[in-house]
Amino acid sequence: MGPSGCGKTTLLDIIAGLTKPDRGRVLADGQLVEGPGRQRLVMFQESALFPWLTVLGNVMFGLKLRDDLTDVERRRIAHEHLQLVGLEKFAHANVHELSGGMKQRIALARALAPDPRVLLMDEPLASLDALTREQLYADIQRIWASRHKTIILVTHNVREAVCLGDRIILLTGSPGRIREEFHIPLPRPRDINSSALSKHAARITGALKGYIGGEVGE
Amino acid sequence: MKRIAIATLFFAAIAALWQLMVASGRWSPMLLPSPLSDSEYLWSALLDGSLLEATAVTVRRLFTGYAIGVLIGLPLGLLTSASQFFEDTIGSMALGLQTLPSVCWIPLALLWFGQTESAVLFVVIMGTVWSVVIATDTGARTIPPIYARAARTMGSEGFHQWTRVIVPASLPFLVSGMKQGWAFAWRSLMAAEIYVTILTGFGLGHLLHYGRELNAMDQVIGIMLVIVVVGLLADKALFSPWERFLHRRWGTGLKPA
Repeated sequence: MGPSGCGKTTLLDIIAGLTKPDRGRVLADGQLVEGPGRQRLVMFQESALFPWLTVLGNVMFGLKLRDDLTDVERRRIAHEHLQLVGLEKFAHANVHELSGGMKQRIALARALAPDPRVLLMDEPLASLDALTREQLYADIQRIWASRHKTIILVTHNVREAVCLGDRIILLTGSPGRIREEFHIPLPRPRDINSSALSKHAARITGALKGYIGGEVGE
Repeated sequence: MKRIAIATLFFAAIAALWQLMVASGRWSPMLLPSPLSDSEYLWSALLDGSLLEATAVTVRRLFTGYAIGVLIGLPLGLLTSASQFFEDTIGSMALGLQTLPSVCWIPLALLWFGQTESAVLFVVIMGTVWSVVIATDTGARTIPPIYARAARTMGSEGFHQWTRVIVPASLPFLVSGMKQGWAFAWRSLMAAEIYVTILTGFGLGHLLHYGRELNAMDQVIGIMLVIVVVGLLADKALFSPWERFLHRRWGTGLKPA
């Protein structure tokens, strides 16, 4: 988390290997990150689903780039992930026929299907309405519980961070620095409207206000 | 069904108007033949095989020239969209040559190739290629960069990225570019056939030209009608499947119910 322009998305891009760092390096499992790789898949703010493919085609895209799978396995995995996000019925739908929330669910399925070690999420829920977003908080927590992926989530939204995160790292802007780290020991699944969650959120909002002089990013 | 009926009625009305103008007697039948005598000409040309033969010759030239034009133009357009060097060289050349009406290639083609099939093909290709280059270039530039980024994270690079992401993502532009190229090819071919008399085959343009030489107005109007119909049919056959696919996938072009 951090104020706009503090480099959250840039950091995510560097971890993904989409941007080269000016200095320093990224290690993933001890391996130097030199470019994008399917161990670190990204879910973008807009769904970035490919309109020329069906829903199933989109989920299959990353799987087709894995040589270690047969076509039958790819199909099976794709359908499993569509089931995981609850959109199995829409396998043959076109992207434009989906709502914003459904698109982000498919994007999640597409990012999870190739079985990456890390899932990078760049404000994936920012463009959704409040109701859909709350539904997706529950979905993401459920999927996380069943798949146990490391997820790095970039967000502006303090409550969202507290709801989804175990560790919250606050960044400050120009130059981008780690300011503070919070641990959220709440049990899961967490309800975004619970009072325990609000308490943590208030603490973090306070910290944010403390160092950017009331200019909070949400 | 209703749409077909409306269209039929519309064209029947035009034919009726035409017949009325002829019946009024204000214009000499030499200049304005009646729809009936025109159909008689078309019917006899159909029976003696000259019409079908000319259509076959024209369509063959059109498809050959157009296919070559697209095969050259498409990769060139992708190149100019991807590299500054090709944009500054081939890209600016395409921009310049696209403004040149294809009729202007005919004198050059005649001097280079003589009155041959190659001269006709050359004119059609020159008419097609530049507009395809420009449309492809525009298409590949306009695709949201997020598609390429998403594809890269999933391990798509180089050739795979071109064929599975960039080309399909710019498909709406490619199809409209190819359609524009097609319109240019068709115009170029007619210009070439009217001006280049060659002995390897009479196309529709030649029939039109000889209609004028022989003062055969029924032939001139009849062949013009055939050219319109061939153009329409080829357009439908070539592009309708693509456009249906695009509308279905992208959700564009939906009419309000």
